[in-house]
Amino acid sequence: MIEQTVFYFFAGLLLLAATMVITVKNPVHAALSLVLAFFCSAAIWLLLQAEFLAIVLILVYVGAVMVLFLFVIMMLDINLTVLREGFSRFLPVGISVAVLMAVSMGLVITSGRFTTGGNYEALKHAADYSNTRELGIALFTDYLYPFEIAGAILLLAIVAAISLTLRKRPDTKTPKVEKQVAVHRAGHVRLVRMEAEKE
Amino acid sequence: MIDLTQVLLLAAMLFCISVAGIFINRKNIIILLMCIELMLLSVNMNFIAFAYFLNDIKGQIFVFFILTVAAAESAIGLAILSVLFRNRNTINVKDLDTMKG
Repeated sequence: MIEQTVFYFFAGLLLLAATMVITVKNPVHAALSLVLAFFCSAAIWLLLQAEFLAIVLILVYVGAVMVLFLFVIMMLDINLTVLREGFSRFLPVGISVAVLMAVSMGLVITSGRFTTGGNYEALKHAADYSNTRELGIALFTDYLYPFEIAGAILLLAIVAAISLTLRKRPDTKTPKVEKQVAVHRAGHVRLVRMEAEKE
Repeated sequence: MIDLTQVLLLAAMLFCISVAGIFINRKNIIILLMCIELMLLSVNMNFIAFAYFLNDIKGQIFVFFILTVAAAESAIGLAILSVLFRNRNTINVKDLDTMKG
């Protein structure tokens, strides 16, 4: 009973936050609503006993991706009125497509064919059960190669993001470290032997 | 007890909201990226629900990889967006028609 209540509370809040993401005027408010949506779905994932992924969702998404979003939004000087035009024109199309999709998906899901077939039981794990441990065991044995590929993808993302946004500015006076390190005595200092002079 | 159908319906509704968002906010690339994040979230919720109700950890592994790829995607997308704004001084989709014949 209490599980139901918590689920409905967070589900309602999640749908509300998602609606706010797509309708609010200010992109900053949209990003903050998206943060709320991530928090609500992390709570639902906790109810579904995916503790590790719920924490990862908050740490990675709210902590890193959404901060990046907010950073980009605030850095770009956006003209909001231009971006908002066409909002009311496309609103009926968007709503009708969404309602159509929702109805068809709902019909499929509630048709009774989309079940686990009664052969499986959602286990209530004991208090000493560690979701992180189970996930780690599966990840580092059966899914080792996909895990390595995921690491490569993240490296690729780092390299791509840096190389896209890196900007060469020749007019700045920052010291060029590689030139400083490569300096040899021969090119700069000349030792001269000369007689000592007396008065 | 939560039912599988309830979670699937929630994920379906979330997906439909984000599809509507893509239709409505077609001028604003930032909101479009956010809608894609919402779609990925709803798909992840399906995976988590099936992992719980089928009592199988593999669904959570899939969510892990989807999160990885989504983080990489949004990082590269935002990098492209900032380069675009630096070069063109706009993020309006309407103005980005250089490739149009």
